[in-house]
Amino acid sequence: MQYLQLLANGIVLGALYACLAVGFSLVWGVLNVINLLHGSFIILGGYLAFFAWHNFGIHPLLALPGVALILYGIGYVTQLMIINRVVKEPVLVTLTLTFGLDLILYNFMTVYYTATPRRVTLDLGHIELAGVFMPVDRLFGMLLALLLTGMLYLLLRTSRTGRAIVAVRMDNAAAALMGIQVERIYAITFGIGALMAGAAGAIFSMVFPITTNLAGDFLGKAFVVCVIGGLGSVPGALVGGLALGVIESFAGQLFGPQHALTVGFLLMMILLIVKPTGLTGIKGYE
Amino acid sequence: MSDTQRYVAFALWVFALASTPLWAENYTVRMAILIAMFTALTLSWNFIGGLTGYPSLATAAFFGLGSYVGALLQGAGAPMLVAWIAATVFVGVLAAVFGVIILRLRGHYFAIGSFGLVEVLRLVISSWGSLTGGGDGLNVPLVQGGPNAVAQTFLAVMVVIMVIVFVVTVLVDRGRLGFGLRCIQQNEDAADMVGVDTTRFKVYAFTLSALFCGTVGAAYASWTGYIDPTDSFSILMTIKVPVMCLLGGAGTLLGPVVGTATFMILEEIVWANFLDYNRAILGAFTVALILFLPGGLLRIDYRNLVTRFAARPGRSGAPA
Repeated sequence: MQYLQLLANGIVLGALYACLAVGFSLVWGVLNVINLLHGSFIILGGYLAFFAWHNFGIHPLLALPGVALILYGIGYVTQLMIINRVVKEPVLVTLTLTFGLDLILYNFMTVYYTATPRRVTLDLGHIELAGVFMPVDRLFGMLLALLLTGMLYLLLRTSRTGRAIVAVRMDNAAAALMGIQVERIYAITFGIGALMAGAAGAIFSMVFPITTNLAGDFLGKAFVVCVIGGLGSVPGALVGGLALGVIESFAGQLFGPQHALTVGFLLMMILLIVKPTGLTGIKGYE
Repeated sequence: MSDTQRYVAFALWVFALASTPLWAENYTVRMAILIAMFTALTLSWNFIGGLTGYPSLATAAFFGLGSYVGALLQGAGAPMLVAWIAATVFVGVLAAVFGVIILRLRGHYFAIGSFGLVEVLRLVISSWGSLTGGGDGLNVPLVQGGPNAVAQTFLAVMVVIMVIVFVVTVLVDRGRLGFGLRCIQQNEDAADMVGVDTTRFKVYAFTLSALFCGTVGAAYASWTGYIDPTDSFSILMTIKVPVMCLLGGAGTLLGPVVGTATFMILEEIVWANFLDYNRAILGAFTVALILFLPGGLLRIDYRNLVTRFAARPGRSGAPA
């Protein structure tokens, strides 16, 4: 029964990881930019949800669309005004740029919110099924995370903008020739990346205490999920997230919780070398 | 600027740093030690990041590894100098092995792979408590003598390391290796086609970029007397070093030297005056550097600067 419990924990955690990483993966895949701001975006989303709940008593579920919208705006403007200027430069340039932006955002968050861990406490109780114990708020978080990830998938598959994003990802020169405004699509994609990060943060704040110090950890998770699952595709992030969640859950039990992270990173390094396209092996043309 | 002028400029700078105990107080001497130390790291990074054009984020991995190897050997009773040399060799060998593995990756994947090295090594070191003391860190036997003597010793050490790396850079830059690396930087496939042994050259460059990080790490451990995993494998360091190099001008001889000095002095001023917002200011500075000084300080072209500034956002500001 213990294994069932570990598996359940892993899947719940994995769904959150998938939601956390999918925006990062999309930005990397479409823009070819490693967005070091992603971790701070997640924290920002979490804080906004927390303060909406704490100061105004707004239920996180109601706050979520608002938080997502704010983050989308921030992402859109950041890309349009700043990152688009150098988006075609080598890796190191965009990496350093987002690092600088992250320093700014992180600094302001630490000063205004302090690094105190905060959590939205909903007290929904727990359920027990076949010996598996599960707090309801986690279950709720998992469903929400899966729902959002699914919505992103649908958006990319069916909407006009979504198809344009996929087209730019496949070949931005050809996309431009077809009349797609590549710069605008970049901004929208980056906005969606930030939106997903903010939403993931809002969900996280219902399940775990969050603090600015976690920004780096979240970013690390996003890296690992992307490399494990395969870059720039929603199913890739889902597979990678679930795989990482389950692996961490079991590795924590087998080797002790302090080694769970090491196992995840080692796995990433091995996959990176053996199979850089990730477990799903698809190149992410949804 | 001719090569001779560059050497003279560097010699003057070495002299300025090395003479700080004569004309300045301890605070400045400490600053000079740190500048020499980071210049050695930046010059090292320049081999792989500048000359070869591979976006390595592994600096802290080798720095941290060097500091731990040095500290452990010193703890076991090895003399300081032996510990430093052993750390250098150990890090060099390990870097060659890692290099063979991760240099098959390109672009973003290489960046992630090299960054992964930092994380994996940090996690291994912090969870291998029985050997490394885990999160509690390690104490290193302190150097005998008063604070002034210790500061002067380590100033000398760091400046010597910095000079060694500079000399190696000059030799590589002028030699076959440097030529090959530049070819790889411009177009790896073409370099391969015309007979540059790209794999071997890249491994050389990566090893060179790691070697002296090991020495600096070990010397740093002896200097501070205490190391821990978060400090030794610092993410901030692993990104700061490339930023300093870019600031001066990556792939050039004096770029890393100028970039490091400028960055560190600015950082110090910001730290001293804006305690709450020092990270944000550093960030804003980095962003401004990327947007307005893409070639580094050494390649400022003022007309170009104005054009960039006037470029409308949303259209590509940089010429494609």
